Amino acid sequence: MKAVAGGATAGGKTAQSTSPEDQWALLLRAANSGDAAAYRSLLLKLTPVLRAFARRGLARAGLSGADAEDIVQETLLAIHLKRQSWDESAPVGPWIRVIAHHKIIDALRRRGRRLHLPLDDFTGSLASGDEEPDRFIGTVDQHLEGLAPGQRKILHAIAVEGKSIAEAAAEFAMKPGAVRVALHRGLNALAMKLNAEGR
Amino acid sequence: MKTRELIEALAADNGARAISTSRALALASAPGIAIALTLHISVLGLRPQLFSLLGDPRILFKIALTILLALLSFRVVLRVAQPGARVRGPALRLWLVPALLAAAILAELLAVPEGLWRQKLVGSNALFCLGSIPLLAAAPLAGTLLALRQGAPERPALAGAAAGIFAGAIGAACYATHCPDDSPLFVAAWYSLAIGFVAAAGALAGRRWLRW
Repeated sequence: MKAVAGGATAGGKTAQSTSPEDQWALLLRAANSGDAAAYRSLLLKLTPVLRAFARRGLARAGLSGADAEDIVQETLLAIHLKRQSWDESAPVGPWIRVIAHHKIIDALRRRGRRLHLPLDDFTGSLASGDEEPDRFIGTVDQHLEGLAPGQRKILHAIAVEGKSIAEAAAEFAMKPGAVRVALHRGLNALAMKLNAEGR
Repeated sequence: MKTRELIEALAADNGARAISTSRALALASAPGIAIALTLHISVLGLRPQLFSLLGDPRILFKIALTILLALLSFRVVLRVAQPGARVRGPALRLWLVPALLAAAILAELLAVPEGLWRQKLVGSNALFCLGSIPLLAAAPLAGTLLALRQGAPERPALAGAAAGIFAGAIGAACYATHCPDDSPLFVAAWYSLAIGFVAAAGALAGRRWLRW
């Protein structure tokens, strides 16, 4: 079952023969042992799958797909902040599927919809969710405004300007450790604001 | 913010990894159990001559049964914290506890004359039992809920209830070494009620604090 060849390398490249879920598991294991590039690669690979899943969920609830990107971002944030809940010996597919499902149900509930969404065919249409909207102002952006200024500027520098931790530290005359802490707290605060929505 | 940009931020935060949820739960239960034991020894105290009484199968049974419930329910707590993990198996195994209790009740009813059944059921300390078990369970419950917060329970109320059963079982195991009522009839009535109360409190707390 488990493909051995390749393994996750620094760039997150995996062997061709592995199934998507095996690749995800390899990448997440590498991420857990500190490989940020593998982690980025995992999140990039998951994004179209999550997007297709969100669009399907919205369509099933009779809503437009316009909000799919919000759901994708909330799911990525949840995967990030809950990744310690994946047991490395367990299959990663069900773990991701349940988180995505949980987040879409939550998003629909906030929009006043209840939906029984089947968990299956999660990886069904890998290709259909490939394109990201060009300009996108979503709920994450609305909540960014509510973050502490220090957290917001660091999040902006790293996410939008693409700076590294070290570059951000240099720009704001901070210690890298302090930048890391502010980034992590900012992401946590963002998730809490998203969760508090509509409650 | 574009999704790609968010991913940059998440990847940059890869260094901030929490310890695994299973380890967090195991670590959190240690101080909870320690506080429960301390409270137990200092406030309630062990039953006089407990060790010489251990020959009585009833005493051994109630202590072993509560410990078994704590072990089995901890497996459930571990699973409910992990999205996609199978909860069914460990949850079904919990039924072992009421099954054993039913068997013990049957044995008790056969061993004890009918005229004494009522007295065995009511015992001498029922209200104290109802108060003590939740009190002893409070710290384990708080610790377990705290650790569950860093996990991702699919159903927060259910996860809270599982934490409540686990904490209630710890409280009950401590209390069992104090309580002079040994009949399985007493255990079935009052211990169950007390643990059920902790489970309900856990469910309410879970609904409120375990959402993510």
